[in-house]
Amino acid sequence: MQFIFDHILTLILFFPVLAAVVVLCLPKDNLKAIRWTALGASLVPFALTVLLWTQFKAGQPGFQFQEQYAWYAAIHSALHLGVDGLSLTMVLLTTLLTPLALLASFNITDRIKAYFMLFLFLETGMLGVFMALDLLIFFVFWEIGLVPMYFLINQWGSEKGEREIWKGIKVQSRNYASLKFIIYTMAGSLGLLLAIQLLGVLFNTYDLQTLYANWAALDPNGAMLHFFNRVLTVSTVKTIAFWAFVIAFAIKIPVWPFHTWLPDAHTEAPTAGSMILAGVLLKLGAYGFLRLVLPLYPAESARYAGWLAFLAVMAIVFGAFAAFGQKDFKRLVAYSSVNHMGFVVLGIAAAARASGTLNANIALNGAVLQMFNHGLSAAGMFFLVGVLYERTHTRNLDDFGGLFPLVPIYGGILIFTSLASLGLPGLNGFVSEFLVVRGSWPVLTLYTAVAMIGLLFTGAYILKGIKYVLHGPLNERWAHGEHKLTEINLREIIVMAPLMALILVIGIYPAWILDVINKAMMMLFH
Amino acid sequence: MTTLIWLLPLPPLLSFFAILLFTNKRKALSHGIAVGAAGLSWLGSMIIFMRALGVEEFGKHVFGSSINWLPTGSTWLKIGVQIDPLSAAVVFFVAWTVLAIFVYSIGYNNFGQPKGEHDVAGLPPHGATVTEHGHKHTVPSIEPMYSRFFAFISLFAFGMYTLVVSDNLLTLFVGWEIMGLCSYLLIGFWFGKPSARDAAVKAFMTTRIGDVFMLLGIAFVYSFTGSLSFSEIFKPEMLQALASTPAFFGLSAAGIIGLLLFIGTVGKSAQWPLHVWLPDAMEGPTPVSAMIHAATMVSAGVYMVIRMFPLISAGWTEGMPLNTTMSIIAFIGAFTALFAATIAVAQNDIKRVLAYSTISQLGFMIAALGIGAYVAATFHLVTHAFFKALLFLGSGSVIHGMEHGALHTGDHVDLQDMFNMGGLRKKMPITFWTFLIGGFALSGFPVLTAGFWSKDEIFAEAFGNGHLVVFVVLAVAAFLTAFYTMRQITLTFFGEPRTKAAEYASETPWTMTVPLIVLAVFAVGYGWVGIPEHFPGLGGLIPNWFHEFVGGTLTELPKAVEFSWVPLITSLCVALGGLFFGWLVYRKVKSPKQDFLQIPVLKNKWYFDEIYNFVFVKPASWIAEKFTSLYMDQTVIDGLLHSVARFSLFLGHAFRNYFDKPVINEFLGDGTGNVVKASGSGLRKIQAGRIQYYMVASVAVLVIFALLYYFLIGGM
Repeated sequence: MQFIFDHILTLILFFPVLAAVVVLCLPKDNLKAIRWTALGASLVPFALTVLLWTQFKAGQPGFQFQEQYAWYAAIHSALHLGVDGLSLTMVLLTTLLTPLALLASFNITDRIKAYFMLFLFLETGMLGVFMALDLLIFFVFWEIGLVPMYFLINQWGSEKGEREIWKGIKVQSRNYASLKFIIYTMAGSLGLLLAIQLLGVLFNTYDLQTLYANWAALDPNGAMLHFFNRVLTVSTVKTIAFWAFVIAFAIKIPVWPFHTWLPDAHTEAPTAGSMILAGVLLKLGAYGFLRLVLPLYPAESARYAGWLAFLAVMAIVFGAFAAFGQKDFKRLVAYSSVNHMGFVVLGIAAAARASGTLNANIALNGAVLQMFNHGLSAAGMFFLVGVLYERTHTRNLDDFGGLFPLVPIYGGILIFTSLASLGLPGLNGFVSEFLVVRGSWPVLTLYTAVAMIGLLFTGAYILKGIKYVLHGPLNERWAHGEHKLTEINLREIIVMAPLMALILVIGIYPAWILDVINKAMMMLFH
Repeated sequence: MTTLIWLLPLPPLLSFFAILLFTNKRKALSHGIAVGAAGLSWLGSMIIFMRALGVEEFGKHVFGSSINWLPTGSTWLKIGVQIDPLSAAVVFFVAWTVLAIFVYSIGYNNFGQPKGEHDVAGLPPHGATVTEHGHKHTVPSIEPMYSRFFAFISLFAFGMYTLVVSDNLLTLFVGWEIMGLCSYLLIGFWFGKPSARDAAVKAFMTTRIGDVFMLLGIAFVYSFTGSLSFSEIFKPEMLQALASTPAFFGLSAAGIIGLLLFIGTVGKSAQWPLHVWLPDAMEGPTPVSAMIHAATMVSAGVYMVIRMFPLISAGWTEGMPLNTTMSIIAFIGAFTALFAATIAVAQNDIKRVLAYSTISQLGFMIAALGIGAYVAATFHLVTHAFFKALLFLGSGSVIHGMEHGALHTGDHVDLQDMFNMGGLRKKMPITFWTFLIGGFALSGFPVLTAGFWSKDEIFAEAFGNGHLVVFVVLAVAAFLTAFYTMRQITLTFFGEPRTKAAEYASETPWTMTVPLIVLAVFAVGYGWVGIPEHFPGLGGLIPNWFHEFVGGTLTELPKAVEFSWVPLITSLCVALGGLFFGWLVYRKVKSPKQDFLQIPVLKNKWYFDEIYNFVFVKPASWIAEKFTSLYMDQTVIDGLLHSVARFSLFLGHAFRNYFDKPVINEFLGDGTGNVVKASGSGLRKIQAGRIQYYMVASVAVLVIFALLYYFLIGGM
């Protein structure tokens, strides 16, 4: 037991890799063994995370359960892991969604060994980002997460569809989407890597806690670099490095106008891929803001908070409009992520502007909770779209209509999850959006007011989805014969059940999770 | 006591989950659970109400308790429950009306009737064919989604109770939105009908416009005061600070917050310009959802502004000129009261008349609150809830009776069109008498009805405090109210049946008529608890309990307005005059052609739907479908990305074709190769492998070097 407590983060982090190796050794025709091994293995990190949650002391400052192993001593980088309330929440989200995504993938039959292995690698990649206390390790895991997702979209994505890039040239949608996803993220990572190198070279360490202290202690007007005979001051260099970080994370979240990879990637990815993509991968960007940008660049963040808020509001408003304008149900849900993640960024911007105040604290609470909440509702929504797609092989809203009497249980679940996404009070989304609005109203009043247009149209696109799928006259095509729509099955209900339970619990009594977040935010940004 | 208040909203919530998860297939059990839950909440409400009556100066000793809910920094946001005089008065009418609707729904949804052959979930029941004594005839059939209906109205009741017992704006907003959701679900209950589906979306979106403003108001008041509890916000020093801190547009913080919250009410209580959703909401199952939207949920909007009155009126005392926010509220209310009344006179659908009348009556309350008549607004809220609930349930009963006739005779006419009715007073006597009482209360029929007392108080306040414009506008609206009410009663119940359906209409079952009778009692009796002290003849016989009790909610008991004959006579004239003219004009009218009020602009509701469609809905779709997705994202942003990609491809191509291939490959690579090759093949000639050549070459080299050495070095 003591061994588990001492190495709990390493266990959570690398258990999926271990499981992937086991999956590799299984006979490739035994689908059942592969599925259940992968699912069973992914429950271990989840169980350990629950244990971690119970052992975690929310009121204790700094990182807990730290572990450090030599990794690349020559450049002073070490495998340094640790969690605080912020990363713990994200680790919980990741280890919760991965088993659900694997269970959701039980209908996959094509090359499932590779598929499940990629998923397990993906989990390690994501967890590594959340646990890393070393900048280089952070970056390594950041990039590791990209590769499995690229292949998942590229190999298991939807087979139909072409995308015209420019006149006359068409490519298969999933190739287009996966390439756009990986190239775009990597383009952002380039600046991030350089900025990380800069820090590493300056201080001879990549250790995050050391960097927090040393980086802040620099005299802003002191000389730092020489560039073509010009002396760059510390504050100039910091500003450049700040933007390098910001752009990398902004692409990942994604913030308007860096968001166009998202609808493509989400739409083309296999159902479980979309669940993880929306549920966790987007949070990596927001996590980067909270873990690195705000603590390392408080002054720059405060100075450029207005710009960030502007982009956030654009994401909220135009994300909602774009979602409202879609005919493809999955694309509609994909755009809803732009809209919802906009609130995370708005909260972060407000906190950056008003650092240290109660407003900032509330805005950050809202932002982090919104990350968690969006993980639940977006994963649920993508899954439900997938359930429908698997049966009908179409995502076009015009092809549905009046399905409610055919699939009452599915309909009920869809309405429930949609309403969580809409931010109905009593469900989780409302709590976090309310906190963000409350936190940013006194700080960024105009932006918050404009963001309300987005909130209004959140209602519009959610109701549009319900209206076209469930309500209205029944499309007879799905009522009889070979196309007869079947009700959601038990496995699929089991995927949704934990999500729905958490959606309701957080909506009614958010204090259990918000207390952890709140204390973390107070200690991080006092 | 406070535990009971906490528990008050709970039974309907449990009923909702129980029906949805477990008893969905068992109809009797479902309505049993739902009615039982409503009964429990009713009982709890009555106990709380009675206990509240027993407390001296209840306004100063309210029941309440709160708990920590959200951690915010080192403090907590608290939520809690509270019953003060205002909420006690409201919870009283909520409990009664909710219970009445629940019982009524059993009959309305045709419990005990057979299943229709063609009935499907999502469409209204079509009727069932039964064989009796050898011949077939059609009877009403049971609602296919019977259980689900009770689940939804249970959730609705939960929302309303939550809203009323809240001691803070946050849980009030939670209840508010849950009711919004239920109204969406219930308006779209027959979701298979495109009109019902669209009406549901319209209702939700229109009220949501108000809600987002309200959310900002809540955020503002929370950041200013650090709390959302009414007791914290309404502390005198806090109100003082709110009223004296300038915000924007030249208004104080209190003014802006009040205005933002009021916009929420405009949406919820269907005030102009957000009134458009309520008439369409009549698409829901006829009486019940209509009554929910018209008598209960819309009351929530008015309740909220009444609740926030201390904030809205911060810095204002009786007799002072109204502050900006109050003026706006008074204007919107009075305008809506008149505007909606003008539309109501030209409607032929029995429920739509009531829908517009609701909008108009809510306008009365809003206007009353705007001019500072706190108690009068609350009084009208309560009496209106009773008589409007009665009228809606009555109209449902009428339609139900008509449906019976229509199925019996196979007469397919619009069952809600009043011109297809007539003469129903004999066929449906209980419905007729109760509807008459409700209609008279709505018109403000003197002395007997509750509506008279509450409306009269609004007139008295408006006149007594010198708000003459409001007074005149409301008087005209009241005249129209009496007029269209009598038009409705005359067309529906008097004269002779104009269709076969009306001829064979029959009285509805007791589950529907008993709620009507109960509500009729309140539509008459509730007025007597608020008779002004100086009213000629009757004043002082019964103490003006309502004024003392509800007025006690405020820090200072509002002064009762002095008696004046002007508003009283006005009130009598408009009520009696309107009723008389309504009867006079319509007693002979047989078809819409004879109706002189079928003016297109009124029939088409001043074209607001068309205007909104043109100004807001169409542009929003364009922005969404064309501007954002197509132009901005796929053309500009993606276009930019594709250009980058294309440029990279171009660059790669250029490097390959203009640098790599010619320079590296051909010039450097192939070039070097060619030179080596050429020199190789050139040199090959001298490497023939014959020893003689090598000898000659060696000698030649030696000679050349020797000569060079001699001339170059040796010569120096």
